[in-house]
Amino acid sequence: MPALALSPAVDPVDAGESRIQSVDTVQALQARIDALQRTRLDSRLMPTHEALADLLPDGGLREGATYALSPSSALVMALLAGPSQAGSWCGVVGMPEFGVEAAESVGIDLDRLVLVPHPGDAWLTVTASIADALGIVVVRPGRAASDGAIAKLAGRLRERGSTLLVLGPWPQAEAMISLTESRWSGLGDGHGYLSEREVTVTVSSKRGGRPRSGRLMMPDAELGIRRLDRGVAADRARERWHDAPAAVPPNDVARQVG
Amino acid sequence: MQRTLVLWVPDWPVIAAVRDGLAAAGAPIAVMAANRVVACSPAARAEGVRAGQRRREAQSLCTSLVVVPFDEGRDHRLFAPIIDVVEGLVAGVQVVRPGLLALAARGPARYYGGEKAAAIALRGAVLGEELTDVRIGVADGAFAAELAARTVAPDQPVRVVASGASASFLAPFSVTTLGDPDLATLLGRLGVRTLGDFAVLPADAVRDRLGAAGAHRHALAGAADATMLVPRTPPPDLERVLELEPPLDRVDQLAFAVRQLADDLVESLTSRLLVATAIRIGFRDEHGTETERAWLHPRSFRANEIVDRVRWQLSGETRTAGTRADADRGPGLRSAITRVRIVPESVDDLAHHEPGLWGSAPDERVHHALSRVQSLLGHEAVLTAQRTGGRTLAERSVLVPWGDRAVITRPVERPWPGALPQPAPATVFPSRHAVTVVDAQGSPVGIDERMRLSAAPAGFAPAAGGATRPVTSWAGPWPLDEQWWSIRRRRLHRLQVVDAAGIAWLLVLEGSSWWAEARYD
Repeated sequence: MPALALSPAVDPVDAGESRIQSVDTVQALQARIDALQRTRLDSRLMPTHEALADLLPDGGLREGATYALSPSSALVMALLAGPSQAGSWCGVVGMPEFGVEAAESVGIDLDRLVLVPHPGDAWLTVTASIADALGIVVVRPGRAASDGAIAKLAGRLRERGSTLLVLGPWPQAEAMISLTESRWSGLGDGHGYLSEREVTVTVSSKRGGRPRSGRLMMPDAELGIRRLDRGVAADRARERWHDAPAAVPPNDVARQVG
Repeated sequence: MQRTLVLWVPDWPVIAAVRDGLAAAGAPIAVMAANRVVACSPAARAEGVRAGQRRREAQSLCTSLVVVPFDEGRDHRLFAPIIDVVEGLVAGVQVVRPGLLALAARGPARYYGGEKAAAIALRGAVLGEELTDVRIGVADGAFAAELAARTVAPDQPVRVVASGASASFLAPFSVTTLGDPDLATLLGRLGVRTLGDFAVLPADAVRDRLGAAGAHRHALAGAADATMLVPRTPPPDLERVLELEPPLDRVDQLAFAVRQLADDLVESLTSRLLVATAIRIGFRDEHGTETERAWLHPRSFRANEIVDRVRWQLSGETRTAGTRADADRGPGLRSAITRVRIVPESVDDLAHHEPGLWGSAPDERVHHALSRVQSLLGHEAVLTAQRTGGRTLAERSVLVPWGDRAVITRPVERPWPGALPQPAPATVFPSRHAVTVVDAQGSPVGIDERMRLSAAPAGFAPAAGGATRPVTSWAGPWPLDEQWWSIRRRRLHRLQVVDAAGIAWLLVLEGSSWWAEARYD
């Protein structure tokens, strides 16, 4: 990209600064392009837990999209909590170890939670049928599925506006959400009990750009989910929001893309 | 004065207990309620056991006494076929209590040509129900008729007190027969000992002294009670039976055949403004084997849902362990079904199940989608979860198949001392894994009789072999000793550990082996 082709004469510190600025500008432009090139006009958002929402591309789980998750039940529950509290039905396919008590304490409504612990080889069919009616579905894939079947499922999700969370890698996932650097507190050397945990949640979007990550308490002492680096993240988001469109007027972007 | 026929089966609670398989016929049996004998068998009576005795007293009189707890439900349930027999012959039967029926004598007397003939015909029919002792009394009013039935000799089991002669029939009986001990004591102190003595007292004087209840007893004593019988309304017959000729051995054929039956059942319920909330489905196969199962519904059964239950119940019988043959089109049942029976077990008022204006039942779309998955994978494959109370993780939630109703025996609200503190683990292994827990030297960690670990745990590994996970921090062991008094006693020691990757685990020591039960991931 021409903006990034820096001349060698530039001071290395300045180069680093301007490189970061350029990357941010490129990301902002990319976001504008995405906004103009939407495959769907009304891609609405699922109500997502506010601690996780701004890490996700578009600022929340998108209806009809698929997200790939690193294998962590707590992460699954944190993502289900928002939609469930807003009245969505949740389906969990192929996770016999899903802890019901933890799910309830995170805020998932058990009256609207459906479990299919052992779908066997029919996992794709089961996922497709329950995604027809349930707002958000979690699946741990069994045997590998063909690309055709996956594309068909993606089409069905888009049409129904259901969100799919897949444990493990998934082609055409909107974003990959992973949970790392887990640190439990409360346990000592033979005393105490588990009380709260600090984790890093990292989201890498398929549209490229730097992965966004945040430190969260999951769960915190009140069994809730709380953002630790909220101030920083919010500032960065605000900067991006205010600066990017001002630097390049939308009409110009459209002309450049066209 | 209404001519009344009373049919009495003596010792009915005892007969019901024998019919329910709780005691052997002919043994000395006593049915007890609140530590008192309610009824006893002739063998027990021969030893001196009487109604009203305490259990100790009865047992000291008859050492081989079989004691059966009183159960009114059992008495009613087993008496129902006898009521049906009587109602098959005459109309307007009042069930005074199990074992005692009252009915207006006029109709049967005209039909059979006399009260005695009617009584003998009824007695003959009831004796056909494998009873040996049935007594009948006919008199003016139910009270006199019952006394007549109670005082007949076993060799002369029918007693007819002529019309108008009831007052003189009652006169010699003691006032205790009125069934009011306080009144009997009072009358005894006043020098009134027999019903005849009581009946000659002026009615208004009795009413002034004893009130309305006393006046009613006075009318009974003088055979002047004008209370009419209240015949019962026979309950609607909601059972549906389908006889299959030739027998069917394929699930899809059976489901098709049952469709009409289910429609008919739901329609007949709806016409009575009822809905079924629980049904019982029974099959009989070619070999005469009967299988039955009850199904609960969170709301109420519709016809297609009944058909689904029939299909699931049949598929459950065809399914072999582990693999799921596609039961709907598969090889078929082990033996052909000759009879299908559907009984609504509990019904509710239709008005309680009308959907609200904006819908109160879960979304129809959700229900259809999940039913489709159930038809693919089987009824138990689609589950909903409910929280229950308990100390171990497995006890703290229950999974219920979609479309069933949970029966919760351990309420969440109760305190469950010994349960692990929150937060709950997000991953609860459906079957726990065996692990080995080792100390810093690599030797296994055990527990002593004072519930202390032999050494601080430094790592744990799957028992089947695998890399050892180092433990960075741990807490416990927390002992749990449940139901130490019973055979279901469980003794566990629980340990929370955090491994080097920052993931916490719940390890459990039961007996001498360690298990990984859950993961806080």
